[in-house]
Amino acid sequence: MSIRELIVSKIKDGTVIDHIPAGKAFEVLKVLGITGKEGIRIAVVVNVESSKLGRKDIVKIENRFLSKEETDIVALIAPTATINIVRNFEVVEKRKVSIPKYISKLIKCPNKTCITRHEGIETTFETLDSSLRVRCIYCGIELSYSEFIDLILKELSKS
Amino acid sequence: MNSSIASRFKGRDVISVLDFSKEDIEYLFKLTDHYLSNGYKEVLRGKVMAVAFFEPSTRTRLSFEAAMSRLGGSVIGFSSEEGTSVAKGEKFIDTIRMLDSYADVIVVRHRYEGSAKLAAEVAEHPVINAGDGRNEHPTQALLDLYTIYRLRGDVSSLVIGLIGDLKYARVVNSFLYILTIFKPKKVYLISHPLLRLREDVRRFIESRNVKVEEVFDINEVLSELDVLYVTRIQKERFPDPLEYEKVKNAYRVTAEITKRCKDDLIILHPLPRVDELDRSLDSTKHAVYFKQASFGVPLRAALLTLILGGVEGVYT
Repeated sequence: MSIRELIVSKIKDGTVIDHIPAGKAFEVLKVLGITGKEGIRIAVVVNVESSKLGRKDIVKIENRFLSKEETDIVALIAPTATINIVRNFEVVEKRKVSIPKYISKLIKCPNKTCITRHEGIETTFETLDSSLRVRCIYCGIELSYSEFIDLILKELSKS
Repeated sequence: MNSSIASRFKGRDVISVLDFSKEDIEYLFKLTDHYLSNGYKEVLRGKVMAVAFFEPSTRTRLSFEAAMSRLGGSVIGFSSEEGTSVAKGEKFIDTIRMLDSYADVIVVRHRYEGSAKLAAEVAEHPVINAGDGRNEHPTQALLDLYTIYRLRGDVSSLVIGLIGDLKYARVVNSFLYILTIFKPKKVYLISHPLLRLREDVRRFIESRNVKVEEVFDINEVLSELDVLYVTRIQKERFPDPLEYEKVKNAYRVTAEITKRCKDDLIILHPLPRVDELDRSLDSTKHAVYFKQASFGVPLRAALLTLILGGVEGVYT
């Protein structure tokens, strides 16, 4: 068995997130809301060689098939990531992540005078492709992707 | 009457001035012209407009009410939270739901950004944003642009300066947004460094190919201006009173500027003013802000007519 096979041994069923920029795997798991307490097996491989990226991370999640809606949020952190859905050791679906047009439910609007903060409703952020920013569809406040991700990670670390 | 444009207006919400196309706005202006030239007709008889003003207002609320009355409709509503169930802790969306069952159109002003959009999601009847926090005030922008169109004609040849509180004034956002539709020759943003335009608004207007330049002293650009738009410092929206203290006397436009401005410069102000616009200007030919305020009634009458489907009755 080669070292490579040892590190990234195949899973029977589940989701493999490949081509994550090096060092981002744990953020990817966080943004997916995966804490390790779910009772499923998860392999996290960090800083392995990649012909495309130089170095990359890989995440393998056994017995869980992530939907497109679930994984598109990963695009904000890891736009190069690819998603492989594996069934019975075979890749049955391969897809790239794409930044969703709208992102809901993850965080409250950070603008204290946004109506959503006072009416107890969820806000939705619209992604602005041209400027790598998101905008609250209610109050119009804009955040860069990195500010947005920081807020998501902060929110998730509370739960 | 262009029935396809009229049908686009019927039943629509007015949340942002960016909801409109240039064609829509020009159509609205033609109907406003018509009301100014020919007077009003009671084309909205039997219709009810609810005004839900959770924040103070003089011109916006009264001009909406006057417009509705001129058109034969009636008005219900409130002009402050006191005396309503809001004071008892009723949620905003519950108040809107209730008004929606009483009226054909709801005009809403609220101190929180996004309130009009939320109201429009909850209500079945059209909602008109009369100001949501620091965000937008679309009917003010329509009226500002109408004033320029009426007094100066084609906007594309004009150099427009905005002076004052460019950071917190919602009228500034909406006015700049409408300028991205009409594309003036150039826009100067004139402000104290602490009152500069929000970066996201600036980024947006630049992305729509409007030539914008920021200056800190009006004297640098005064001789170029065709329109000067003055705004009040929005004391009530400063998160920190100390920040307000630093800028409260940062600028004041007086009759002194008329010595060096273009002969046909027009000065607009959404009103109310405090000290930023000296009364010495009122008697000059440049001051058009009271005329601007007077256009609020025909402009809002035209908007209500179109939204409530009364336009056919106007031209028959």
